[in-house]
Amino acid sequence: MNFDKELNARGLSCPLPIVKTKKALADMASNQVLKVISTDSGSVKDMAAFAEQTGNALLAQEEANGEYVFYMKKK
Amino acid sequence: MATKKMAIIATKGTLDMAYPPFILASTAAALGYDVQIFFTFYGLQLLRKDLSDVKISPLGNPAMPMPVPMPVMVQMLPGMESMATMMMKQKLAKHGVASLEELRDLCLEADVKFIACQMTVDLFEFDKSEFIDNVEYGGAATFMGFAGDTDICLFI
Repeated sequence: MNFDKELNARGLSCPLPIVKTKKALADMASNQVLKVISTDSGSVKDMAAFAEQTGNALLAQEEANGEYVFYMKKK
Repeated sequence: MATKKMAIIATKGTLDMAYPPFILASTAAALGYDVQIFFTFYGLQLLRKDLSDVKISPLGNPAMPMPVPMPVMVQMLPGMESMATMMMKQKLAKHGVASLEELRDLCLEADVKFIACQMTVDLFEFDKSEFIDNVEYGGAATFMGFAGDTDICLFI
């Protein structure tokens, strides 16, 4: 999937992946896509909750080798 | 949609109890909440510029996971508190949990408002110059002014 910016949140625990996602999105334009890579298993539910509460769209998510990848489109 | 609001009363000054207010406040701010934390009693320690005195004690804390079982008579020995604190901080760092300083900075960056209880500051004769700059001072009525209109209100 195409993305405009990548956030490396590997090794970070709650709430850093969410807080850093929010900060990364703040510097982006509407409809741009942020790719977030996390190793925190809790971020699977948290990223979905973040998207739901902020109105940004979680386009897709993947899991491979203990890493979780999210594509978040800024509203 | 009106902005959601969250208010937290932070009353504890130990390392373990310092995390929840800052974690919840930074997260809520990231979700677009307007957040205030009211620091009172021992929670005021979390506003110090220097947070190195924020510690954890195994004493009176039977739920704390220990690498080896430790009798209470050993837990009370001098230096045990510092050792437990050092071990806990190492554990937090190893698991990628932010330091208190980092979480507090993230809160400030996200415009979380910190209010220190003026009464407790006076009671404990705290020197305001030891606190970070981004603090307002007020009392219970100040807190109610914001808390009365919140979606989430927590006492920690």
